[in-house]
Amino acid sequence: MRYHQAVHEVPVIFEGCEKAPAEGGFDPTVGGALPRELLRSELNLPDLAERDVVKHFTNLSQMNFGVDNGLYPLGSCTMKYNPKICDEVVSWSSVTDIHPLQDPSTIQGALKLMYELERMLCEIGGVDAVTLQPAAGAHGEYTGIHLVKAYHEAKGETRKEIVLPDTAHGTNPASAAMVGYDVLELPSKEGCVDVEALKSAVSKDTAAFMLTNPNTLGIFEKDVIEIAGIVHDAGALLYYDGANLNAIMGKTSPGKMNFDIVHFNLHKTFATPHGGGGPGAGPVGVKSSLQDFLPVPMIVFDGQKYSLDSSRPKSIGKVRAFFGNFAVMVRAYAYIKMQGGEGLQAASENAVLNSNYIKEKLKGDLELPYGNLRKHEFVLSGKPLKSKGVRTLDFGKRLLDYGYHAPTVYFPIIVDEAIMIEPTETETKETLDRFIEVCKAIIAEDPELLKAAPQNTARRRLDEAKAARDMIFSWKAFEKKSAGKA
Amino acid sequence: MELSKCSLEMLREMGLRSVEELFADVPKEIRTGGLKLPEGMSELELRRELGTMLSSNRTSSARPCFLGAGVYNHFIPAAVKAVVSRSEFVTAYTPYQPEISQGMLQSLFEYQSYMAELTAMDVVNCSMYDASTALGEAVLMANRISGGDKFLISRAVSPEKKAVAALYARGADIKIIEVAYEPTTGLVDLSDLKSRLTEGVSGFYFETPNFLGPIETRCSEIREVLGNRTMVVGVNPMALALLKPPGEMGADIVIGDAQVFGTPMNLGGPMIGIFGCKSDHVRKMPGRLIGMTTDLEGRRSFCMTLQTREQHIRRSKATSNICTNEALLAVTAAAYLAVVGRSGLRQIAAKNVENMKSLTSRIGAVKGFKAPHFKAPHFNEFVVKSDIPAARLHDELLMRGIQGGWVLEGAFPELKHGTLYATTEMHTRQDHDRLLTVLEALR
Repeated sequence: MRYHQAVHEVPVIFEGCEKAPAEGGFDPTVGGALPRELLRSELNLPDLAERDVVKHFTNLSQMNFGVDNGLYPLGSCTMKYNPKICDEVVSWSSVTDIHPLQDPSTIQGALKLMYELERMLCEIGGVDAVTLQPAAGAHGEYTGIHLVKAYHEAKGETRKEIVLPDTAHGTNPASAAMVGYDVLELPSKEGCVDVEALKSAVSKDTAAFMLTNPNTLGIFEKDVIEIAGIVHDAGALLYYDGANLNAIMGKTSPGKMNFDIVHFNLHKTFATPHGGGGPGAGPVGVKSSLQDFLPVPMIVFDGQKYSLDSSRPKSIGKVRAFFGNFAVMVRAYAYIKMQGGEGLQAASENAVLNSNYIKEKLKGDLELPYGNLRKHEFVLSGKPLKSKGVRTLDFGKRLLDYGYHAPTVYFPIIVDEAIMIEPTETETKETLDRFIEVCKAIIAEDPELLKAAPQNTARRRLDEAKAARDMIFSWKAFEKKSAGKA
Repeated sequence: MELSKCSLEMLREMGLRSVEELFADVPKEIRTGGLKLPEGMSELELRRELGTMLSSNRTSSARPCFLGAGVYNHFIPAAVKAVVSRSEFVTAYTPYQPEISQGMLQSLFEYQSYMAELTAMDVVNCSMYDASTALGEAVLMANRISGGDKFLISRAVSPEKKAVAALYARGADIKIIEVAYEPTTGLVDLSDLKSRLTEGVSGFYFETPNFLGPIETRCSEIREVLGNRTMVVGVNPMALALLKPPGEMGADIVIGDAQVFGTPMNLGGPMIGIFGCKSDHVRKMPGRLIGMTTDLEGRRSFCMTLQTREQHIRRSKATSNICTNEALLAVTAAAYLAVVGRSGLRQIAAKNVENMKSLTSRIGAVKGFKAPHFKAPHFNEFVVKSDIPAARLHDELLMRGIQGGWVLEGAFPELKHGTLYATTEMHTRQDHDRLLTVLEALR
């Protein structure tokens, strides 16, 4: 049973644009109510028939792979199925046709939804207050690190450093650096935080320690309470990267683990679709000691009506215009409401079950470093393939030929030839068994097939070095380059 | 929770008796024992409850709304929604595997191409969160290009954007200094700008049209005054259908919001930040870039490129921490521009100007009102001054089922009794009539 992706010849939408003069051409007097000297003299955009535009994008979509096409075991990305009702409700006029600056009395429904979503996230995260403003996970981190800064400054302290393990997502150090912190990466021990190393690393200069639990290897950091103690004893804060929250809902919570700040990825844990890169949403929750610093406005409820409170003198200000990605919040709200408390816990249980199931079946074929038990994801090493002259990259590419998205590869960096698999809870045993079977078959295949993979996708391997060298980022640049050659 | 037959079978195959054994590594002391959330709902129940809850929102489709201030109500052709709701686009992650993601990659390349053409910039990335964060990133990038520890921002910028820019600047220890606008024209006050160009100023941000509506008429003078400092220009991309693009006026960085191209207002989110720059600066740029290349068989192909700028490779040395962006909205913008085409886009933009002209002259003709307040060309947004306090005007309109413009005097005390109005092609003559009837009754 092989997969074949559609291969359409789809010209770039600008192709042939100049040759076929647009209907009416370019009339520089359009917009004549404006002074002539402000008007542009050309604009090379195509005029197309609606029928052709629909054909163009429909054919392009068929050369794209989403969760709806098949298993998407991309580790750390929680590519679970997105219930269709969540997409439908955001097409309602009561969601689409409201403006963020409307009088609060005219958006009571929207404010109520956000207020309730904040409360639900408080319960799930074990925190006291939540802001929905951040637009993505990394943006949540950025917000959280500003909260760290504000917290220490309010105490009259300047702390210069953020500490994090070497298994941390790349966004963690990048977010810390953007807020002006030095970043100290701590080598892991047996795949977990090295508690002794952490003890000697923290000091009065440490502003916060960033951690995801389970960590990016899928291992639960069981020393988390001791870690929290070490961090807090140094006067620093503990930050929870919520990318892996799908493993623990209802079992424990960041708050219960003594984290002070946590971001949620609504587009991971709460099933909002990722849109090929976004939009997502990255709400941030905090313990009460930090809530005065949250961005403005906060939504408040007096028992009768919802209103906006912007007069919060300790607030860090704003991380994004208006309220955040509202349409994403509505989807997450709908998802949480449909799951309920028990449903969310079951989601985590099944995510962990599915992950361990695949791990058990594959650990004999590839290497599983650092102990056995995993949470919602696990990392294998593709090292055993090396003797056949095959790399993890080849293994991932070959999976595409069978209609699976590749796992996350070469991350975390502490595992040689890392293959990070996260099946999520929404896949059936049948799907998992088939995936396992295919993985085993690929490992046994002729290495040349792996190195030549993929062959059943719209394109074969790309010359990525050429893309970096040529730097063609637009049709305009392509035409310029072509003209230069001619 | 009762386990399904399949789950039990999986456990059995793993030699386990319960799922709980898989959580053996989560210490008892940190167990929460479930979530205190209501029981789950069926799809039908959800639809009912959510429908009721949201029905109290008063929508722009039910009654006229004259708000803009960065989020605009424009028409969205059905074909745009149809192609963008293809689940192959909607349910994909970031295109890390280009061979199986050409659809998204080519669409994003087309978005970059559309924006590069509209702005006349060399490179536009495939999106930031919104215009406010794009401005924040531009402040940081100007610092990377020109050095220094100060950055200038025009006063005629939205308070939301200023607040976000201030936060981004604070993280990088950059001081933001405001540049005045001319009280009569609302345009950049050139002499104030000159006086603030001290040592350590990396660049200057201004908009055209600016937050208060005026279209900047002296961009080339501003360019000259700035010398080799970074010029960051904010645009409404819809207006660029008609207006001279910032790339022709010497902009180093261009930002804006492409929400106007096919994305509904959605209470202001998601939006889509435009971020463009000159090719000299591309390695200092934040965000993802899609580049053209070929595959093994020599076929034209697309992939993410120059990723060594990004967090997943460069970690703390990355140009930005951005990872998830607004990709689907970029596809939406490309699809919108493809559907309306050049002619359609220019007609829509012209209709905005026409509606602005008509509404300003009608409001201006009512005793006790002045519109537009500033003597400058405008696109689709303008300041109205009233004899009565703007807050009272707002309340009077609201009582009559109209959402007026945005009351300015909180953020702009100098614009006493000022309100910012926007009108787009969505407003009918009747919508304007309804507003005018109330204004006339108030005089």
